[in-house]
Formats: sequence, structure tokens, C-alpha cells
Amino acid sequence: MAGKTLYDKLWDSHVVHEDADGTCLIYIDRHLVHEVTSPQAFEGLRLAGRKPWRADTIVANPDHNTPTKDWAKGIEDPISRLQVETLDSNIKETGALVYFPFKHANQGIIHVIGPENGTTLPGMTVVCGDSHTSTHGAFGALAHGIGTSEVEHVLATQTLIAKKSKRMLVRVDGELGVGVTAKDVALAVIGKIGTAGGNGFAIEFGGDVIRALSMEGRMTICNMAIEAGARAGIIAPDAKTAEYLKGRQYAPKPADWDKAVAYWNTLASDADATFDSVVVLNGADIAPQVTWGTSPEQVLPINGLVPDPAQEKDATKRTSIENALKYMGLTANTPIEQIKLDKIFIGSCTNSRIEDLRAAAVVAKGKKVASSIALAMVVPGSGQVKRMAEAEGLDKIFIEAGFEWREPGCSMCLAMNADRLSPGERCASTSNRNFEGRQGQGGRTHLVSPAMAVAAAVAGHFVDVRSL
Amino acid sequence: MKAFTQLKGLACPIDRANIDTDAIIPKQFLKSIKRSGFGPYLFDEWRYKDHGEPGMDCTNRPLNKDFVLNQPRYKGAQIMLARENFGCGSSREHAPWAIEDYGFRVIIAPSYADIFFNNCYKNGMLPIVASHAMVDKLFKECEATEGYTLNVDLPSQAVTLPSGETFTFDIHPTSKHNLLNGLDEIGLTLLHAEEIKAFEGKHKAAQPWLFA
Repeated sequence: MAGKTLYDKLWDSHVVHEDADGTCLIYIDRHLVHEVTSPQAFEGLRLAGRKPWRADTIVANPDHNTPTKDWAKGIEDPISRLQVETLDSNIKETGALVYFPFKHANQGIIHVIGPENGTTLPGMTVVCGDSHTSTHGAFGALAHGIGTSEVEHVLATQTLIAKKSKRMLVRVDGELGVGVTAKDVALAVIGKIGTAGGNGFAIEFGGDVIRALSMEGRMTICNMAIEAGARAGIIAPDAKTAEYLKGRQYAPKPADWDKAVAYWNTLASDADATFDSVVVLNGADIAPQVTWGTSPEQVLPINGLVPDPAQEKDATKRTSIENALKYMGLTANTPIEQIKLDKIFIGSCTNSRIEDLRAAAVVAKGKKVASSIALAMVVPGSGQVKRMAEAEGLDKIFIEAGFEWREPGCSMCLAMNADRLSPGERCASTSNRNFEGRQGQGGRTHLVSPAMAVAAAVAGHFVDVRSL
Repeated sequence: MKAFTQLKGLACPIDRANIDTDAIIPKQFLKSIKRSGFGPYLFDEWRYKDHGEPGMDCTNRPLNKDFVLNQPRYKGAQIMLARENFGCGSSREHAPWAIEDYGFRVIIAPSYADIFFNNCYKNGMLPIVASHAMVDKLFKECEATEGYTLNVDLPSQAVTLPSGETFTFDIHPTSKHNLLNGLDEIGLTLLHAEEIKAFEGKHKAAQPWLFA
């Protein structure tokens, strides 16, 4: 019998029931909940007179609507406030393992607080009504986003109706160059396979580059799997994974620890396992990446030129390029390094962890944000990240350089709170989506790593962080 | 969930690849705690010239006349023609809610993003995957012919064009059964409650730390 992939192992160990046509009921170990995609699910549960199956699997926290400054004023937008208060009352009614309400010292982005409290563990199934749930695959968990109807289904039954995905291996061999980060790897992978390349697949990331990444870097890569179309990205757990988790509040207690680690060590693809698709990149070939268009696949190395639609033979792609250039206000063949920015955003579930802030601070130290930049902001991923950064003095480095140091939340990744771009404004952003209007109607987003975002803030335009 | 069996309806072509759910329903409308009322804001940034906010009365907002949904000939459309990777990006179910609330029950495209595709079925909508060649043909015919109507029949898994030409599509048997009967999936799953409990018992014995 052929060996199993990591995905097969995670899937097989959670099948509760399988229909003749392959539709399965999959058991869910961890249910992350935020305020935007859950109210209708809780309401559905109530209307049907159902109770949550296992409230102790719920980890919840508001993040999308919460402001990142002037917390004393509360949430000024009444519609946002109602949504956050609705989560408060829903969790009060159902209970949860963890709930950090607005202004709690540990509140943050749901995909940051899950791992940092040890509630995301290898071998788990993790779901959330949020596509960036793929982040948690960095721990060797089967983690993916679901819709609100499925949130209700998980609340009521602790299971999900699912069909098995195909298996893709993305292997990144060799080593990354200095100044090249997990974010650049993620963008390079999306550039190679496209935003639909992973549709129907669960992607396992492997190879020496992935093994060498910290847990934070692995989370950045898995976070962006959805931007390649794959609902789930997974990385096999190893000693780094266990080291990261040890001692965290909800990680296995000392009595269970050795047994847990022994199990986690079995969570790797067997040597003779086969994948439906294999994609290989060489780490040394990856340069710092910058997106130029309105889809994450519209990405180039920093030394690239904005594409010329006239050179594109495929009619659909040519139209996409033309639409993107028009929206982005860019001219074909412009060097990426000549693109000037208005705002800088460092944050989001992709790049707001302590390692991201350290990498950003290294570049910011002793520099000043260019006077042409209207706003440069750093939004830590959680209260814990914020306190850790402050203990290391990173906040002072950012503030001295001219960045605003904000309270944690999703912030300008999707601009549901007050942090947003005005029409026509151009932003270097460490977030995950450069879709039209994502950061504010008419706003123009370029996705980059934290170090590249700081370098752009200092120069006022994109620069190769390796040249600094 | 609303059942779906058969639909004869006007088609409307949304001719753009990789349409993301942020475009289908922009983030400000996600602040609602309701499931309904998203139809007037479907494709809000493409459809209107002003900035939309939740709760806004859309009847007098300035329309972007170039956007296809605003063309009088597509008023009342129930079948959306779309391009590849439709519904990519955010998992927001508000996207299918908005499409359904507007009046669409069927989408025909060469491919979809996985989460969006799943979300459609949960709302009594039928996302049909057709070949690139067929989708191209539907776009051409639809744009050339006012009142272009398709007949979608789920029991026979077939779509009939005005010319009488028919193509068939695949659908997972469970999805088809649930859609045809408008079944409550949670109720169906709870029929397996004993199996879920039995699984839980074994799972807890093997990995007690997941139940701490």
C-alpha cells in the first residue's frame, strides 16, 4: 500500500462517517469565531432550538471591526459596535474555551491569538468563518475557512460535511537570500501557480526553506495558501513546533506532553506517499516580491517592470492586466522601484507577529519615514505581541521613525474599521489581498513583506531592502 | 434551505476572470448581523458611482451605466454567466447571500473558488461548472441576443440553450439530493449523533489533551 501524505493522515483521523459517494462527516477539534461571520450562525442555532455540541472547542474574539486607537472612546460606528456586542452576547449564552472581548489585554486577530495561546495544535482540525484559517496549518493541523452556514453546522454538530481535496506538494529547496522572507516565498508561489492554482487542493509546504522557517514564517506561508486557491496549507510539525507550543496556556499539560509530541512526530508525509501535483521552487531564485495589480498573482520581483498588456497573448489575461493597470493608476513598463507610496500598513494575520515586527524594526531603526508618506502605521497582531514588542523597545523604534503604533486588530487589511485608504491612495501593505477596494474604495494596494514595507516608507517609493 | 429543481430564466454575463468576494459584496456590508437584504449592494463598487454604506436606500443612488447589471435588458436575470475562479478570496457567505437576494439562483462558470462553491449549495443556489468553450459560447450568444434565456434542469443535470442545444453538468450526488429536496443539513447530520459521540470517545482516549 502506498504511503500517506500528511493531509491523508489528518483527514483519515477525523472521519466520523463516510457516504457511499465519498462525502464525509469530519470531526472538528477547534472552532475559531469572530464577530463578522458568526451572528447569523448563532441566530440560526437559536431559531432551531439547538445547543452548541462542544462549547469548549470555541476560541472567540472580535477583530475585524475593532478600532486600533482611542480605545477609551469605544467603537464609534454603531453598526460595528452592534456586531461586536452581538458576539459578546452570543458567547455569553453558549460559552467558550477562550473569549477575549474588545479591550481585553490578550485580544487580537483570531489567527494570531489561536496559536499564541496554544489552542492550535498539531493533528487538529481547525475551522473558522474566515478564509485565512489556513494559517493554522503551520502547526500540522488541517485548518481551513468555512462559510457561515458551516459555522452553524459546526456549532450544532461538531462536524463538517466535506469531500476530500486533492494533494499538492509545494517544495521550496535550498536557502533564502538575505532580506528574503516567508512573505516573499508565499507571493512567489502564488505568482508561479496563480490564484486558482490551488483550487481543489490542500497544499503541503515542504523543503529545506520551509523547514528553516520559524513558526511565525510558517504561519505567513500557510496564511497565503488561500490566495493560491487552496483552502488549506499544511506544514509537518517538528521540534520547532513543539518548542513553540511548550508551556503555552492551552498546550498539552506536562502529564500529556510526551505522549502528544510522540503523536505529533508521526504527522509527516510518508516517504512513499504520492501527491496529485508537485511544484518546486528554488529559494535562491526568490527576490523580495511586490504585487503591482489587483490579484495576488500579479506579482513581480522588486527589480521588475510593470507588465505591458500588449505583450500578453492570452485575451483574458490581457484584459486582466489592462483592468489592473487602470485601477492601480500604473503605466506599463514602469520600474517597480519608481512606484511612489502614500500610506504604509504593517499588520494583518499574515504579518503582525513578533518576528514580523522585529524584521520591520531592524530596517526602521534610526531612519525616518519619508515626508511624502501621509500615514505609516504598525498594528500588532494581538495584545501579547504588542506587549512583547514594547518590552523589546520596538514601539520606540517605530515611533521615532515616524510610524504610528496602534492597538491590535485586523485594521487596514480589509478596512472594516476606521483604518482605510481614500480613493486613489497607494499603500505598501503587509496584508494578503490587493483586490479592488480591499483597503478602502478606490484604494491601491501593493503587497510586500514587513521589511520591504519599512524600506518603502523610508524611501517614499519601493526599494530593494537588500540594498540598504 | 430553498429547494431547487428547475429554472427557466434570463441570463446575465459578468465578463471578468477571478472575481473576488470583496467585489461581490464589499466589507462595509458585512457589518450586518442578518442573512438577508444584501441584494441591493451586490457588486456595489461596480454598480454605483457613489460610496455605498449599509442600510442605504439604493433607489436614487447614481448608477454606473456601463456595468452590465444596470442595463435594462438584464433586469430580472436569474442566471449569472461568469468566468474562471469566480468567488475567490474571502470566505464571506454574504457573497452568495447577496447574489441570491438579488434574484440569481444559478451561476455558470468554468471554475469557482472552493469555499464560495460550497457556500452556494448551502443557500439553495446551483453553481454549474461548464467547459471554457461552452462558457464562451454562452457569453457570445447572451451578449448578442436580448432576452437570452436558459433552461436549467437539476434532475437531468442539463442546461438547454435557446437554440435547443443542451449540455450536461456534473454535481456531487449528495449535493444534488440535498438541493432537490431543500434539506436541512444540520438535521441530517444530527441523525449521526451516536456516531459522532462514539468517534468523540475514541478521539478523547487517543488525544486527551484535545479535551482538556
